[in-house]
Amino acid sequence: MTTAENTTPLLEVSDLHVEFHTRDGVVRAVNGVNYSVNSGETLAVLGESGSGKSVTAQAIMGILDMPPAKIPQGEIRFRGQDMLTMSREERRQLRGQKIAMIFQDALSSLNPVLSVGYQLGEMFRVHQGLNKKQAKAKAIELMDRVKIPAAAQRVNDYPHQFSGGMRQRIMIAMALALEPDLIIADEPTTALDVTVQAQVMDLLAELQQEFHMGLILITHDLGVVADVADKIAVMYAGRIVETAPVKELYAQPAHPYTRGLLDSIPRLDQKGQELYAIKGLPPNLLRVPSGCAFNPRCPKAEDICRTELPALAAVSEDRGSACHFWKETLNG
Amino acid sequence: MGRYVVRRLLQMIPVFVGTTLLIFLMAYTLPGDPVRAMFGDRGADPATLAHIRHDLGLDQPLIKQYWDYLTGMVLHGDFGTQIQSGRPVTDVLSDAFPVSMRLALIAFGIELVLGLALGIVSGLKAGKLRDNVVLLLTLLLISVPVFVLGFLFKWLFANQLGWVTPNVQDSMSVSELFLPATVLAALSLAYVARLTRTSIAENLRADYMRTAVAKGLPRRRVVGVHLMRNSLIPVVTFLGYDIGSLMAGAVVTEGMFNVKGVGYYLFDAIQRQEGTTVVGLVTVMVLIYLAASLIVDLLYAVLDPRIRYA
Amino acid sequence: MPDTLTKDAPAPAVEAATPAPDKARSLWGHAWRDLRRNPYFIVSALLIVLLLVITAWPGLFTGASPRRADLANHYLGEPNWGHFFQTDWFGYDKQGRSIYARLIYGTRASVLVGISVTALVVFFGGLVGLVAGYFGGWVDAVLSRVIDIFLGIPFLLGAMVVMQAFTDRKWWMVSLALAFLGWTQIARVMRGSVITVKQADYVQAAKALGASTPRIMLRHILPNALAPVIVVATIALGTYITAEATLSYLGLGLSDPAVSWGLDISQGADNLRNAPHTLMAPAVMLSICVLAFIMLGEAVRNALDPKLR
Repeated sequence: MTTAENTTPLLEVSDLHVEFHTRDGVVRAVNGVNYSVNSGETLAVLGESGSGKSVTAQAIMGILDMPPAKIPQGEIRFRGQDMLTMSREERRQLRGQKIAMIFQDALSSLNPVLSVGYQLGEMFRVHQGLNKKQAKAKAIELMDRVKIPAAAQRVNDYPHQFSGGMRQRIMIAMALALEPDLIIADEPTTALDVTVQAQVMDLLAELQQEFHMGLILITHDLGVVADVADKIAVMYAGRIVETAPVKELYAQPAHPYTRGLLDSIPRLDQKGQELYAIKGLPPNLLRVPSGCAFNPRCPKAEDICRTELPALAAVSEDRGSACHFWKETLNG
Repeated sequence: MGRYVVRRLLQMIPVFVGTTLLIFLMAYTLPGDPVRAMFGDRGADPATLAHIRHDLGLDQPLIKQYWDYLTGMVLHGDFGTQIQSGRPVTDVLSDAFPVSMRLALIAFGIELVLGLALGIVSGLKAGKLRDNVVLLLTLLLISVPVFVLGFLFKWLFANQLGWVTPNVQDSMSVSELFLPATVLAALSLAYVARLTRTSIAENLRADYMRTAVAKGLPRRRVVGVHLMRNSLIPVVTFLGYDIGSLMAGAVVTEGMFNVKGVGYYLFDAIQRQEGTTVVGLVTVMVLIYLAASLIVDLLYAVLDPRIRYA
Repeated sequence: MPDTLTKDAPAPAVEAATPAPDKARSLWGHAWRDLRRNPYFIVSALLIVLLLVITAWPGLFTGASPRRADLANHYLGEPNWGHFFQTDWFGYDKQGRSIYARLIYGTRASVLVGISVTALVVFFGGLVGLVAGYFGGWVDAVLSRVIDIFLGIPFLLGAMVVMQAFTDRKWWMVSLALAFLGWTQIARVMRGSVITVKQADYVQAAKALGASTPRIMLRHILPNALAPVIVVATIALGTYITAEATLSYLGLGLSDPAVSWGLDISQGADNLRNAPHTLMAPAVMLSICVLAFIMLGEAVRNALDPKLR
């Protein structure tokens, strides 16, 4: 990483709020999220479903349906420029070319009635004005690059004719098509078999290094994160509760929620013991508990947790924890 | 694809046999006597009646009659005789069919253009005011029986406004057929609009639409290519089946506006209790209908790769 | 329908937080809550109740006879819009009969045919669909082919062919003819619905526990497969009423002295130019009646399946 890139991050999200206006009330899905990613860096955003991790990503991509979604406050700066104040057209130009996204379920995320070659080639036709033939050649090239066997023969096939892992490779190829600066991968391996998961993750990491891209990896799976991420942001009920370099977080979590997540991973050295589980259910975002949203499920909760919302406190230079008792948590 | 076509064609055979048999039984196990009806109130001597019956094959056992009818149809393109005029049904059809075809095509055009337009307009804005207006309009079109709508239009455009003559004079004139075609199209138009709307509203929420936006495609491409290509599959299917039934189902409209098409002659034959004519005409209509559905199924396979390679 | 998309808009955050409630009961419970607030439902339900009362006790609404003709005084008598519920409210027809009285008494034919055809097709079509869907295999293959054959004949066309066989036509003959050609629609819906329900865990569980076939079919599958059938049947009821009126209009349904809106429309058609009221009154009444049933069906469908909105 060069120093110039360090001063302005590739992407910086600050104080982002997203709410959904539904018939049952206003759902505050994201409540003041801050994070940043640099080129060549991987940020893992971790959380249960409903934690706001995907909504944040969709807000960055600009693909939230508004309404019902609304962004009442916050900034999303790409190379220093706030994307929320850009025109529709400027925003569109960024999508696909500068920022690309990989979705969880490749089968439903690819258009079922268009061939994969068409869907890949479309990127070049729309953004670079290539003709059909050139676009197809590019599509084959891309499929080769993501290691799809017999790309030239399969370019006219349809998504349902590929296996799950191959489909996800096509999604990755589509995201990489125009060599973007930033890739957002929303649970890219969740829908895949465990053996295929590793292959796809490796491919993604490899390509990221090759193109020196920033990567935001959204996941609920701590296991996926450990090998590939540089830093982690843990989200709970629309807020970041802990942020840290990946190794430090694994070694010494500074938030009881993170600790709970780590303890609930099965480990070989604890064979025979009962597996830890965080008690209770994720909060209903229409009725988020007062104070710290995690307090009803927290083993360390005290009175202050029920009344006062903890701010993200600096644990060290590059770590933060939104817990009143982060010091105690950090020391076990 | 080839296997799909063959399978689909083979499936047609039992349906064809069953359908013609069903029509045949419905028409012939019935109490009316077409031969006697030929002579009206005057009656005729039993020998003449028996002779005519014999000529028409009406004295044969039912199953034999059906067999003759089926083989005549398949081998010689013979759909029987119009008893009243003594003309072969195919002959009557050669006059009537172009009329019905023309009426059906005009109706189909109206249905296609208006139905799709209304459906797209409301589907893209599902839940908004204009969507509710379209839903209410189509609800009315679905509820008002076709002959009520026909008389309403007749009364309004012919009797009150004087724009058209109440009855069609020249059954081949496109301008004269326009009003009957509108009446004929009304119900299907409402269905097309609703189907399009539902399909669009559903596909708008599909994951691949999100992908298309995330790819940075311009909105007209997202909607025009990704959304429409998927949303119109069920609509095209419906339209295909419908063109068959438009040609087959114009009895009321053709009768009401005096359009001399297949439906007109069919109604005529039913009122004269001419069983063979009815069977011949209905068989032809059903064949058109079945052929249309076959074509649609094949078209469907072309449009939707998931079916083609199943 | 008036319900907007927005209210079902994805609220991805809440989804995981709400625990899954008991399925069948909550389906109807939610539907009922939705329906009570739906103006389309309220209007159609009130209309249908009114139509049923008219069907049962037409004498409550008019003292006049629908068949009493007075050519001398009332030939094509004009409507008197102010004479609510009186014999001459909508004027008189060509034979000097009270149009209002004929509207009231004509309700019975339409509603009876509509309800009886619906009952017949739901019972027989439902049975075929249940058997085909539950047993599958060759039973399903045979029944599906039979359904295909019937579907090859356009509904009204087939009904016309059947009806021309009879000379003295009663309302139940019309019903039987329509049911004979209409049962396939319900059979198909029921079959699809049963196939879906059959795979549900609770059905598999009942099977594993050794419940008998009839018990599984009647207790577990039928109640859960019924919702789409009810919706389709309600909407179809409206189309059966249309079919009866169309047949009567064509001279293939009810005939004098029976009282039917279709018959009156056909007679009124002769005087469309100089006395449009003789046609418009039964036409409007018929349309309202059909509208009521279709509206009800759609309201129920929307309440049961928010996805279709």
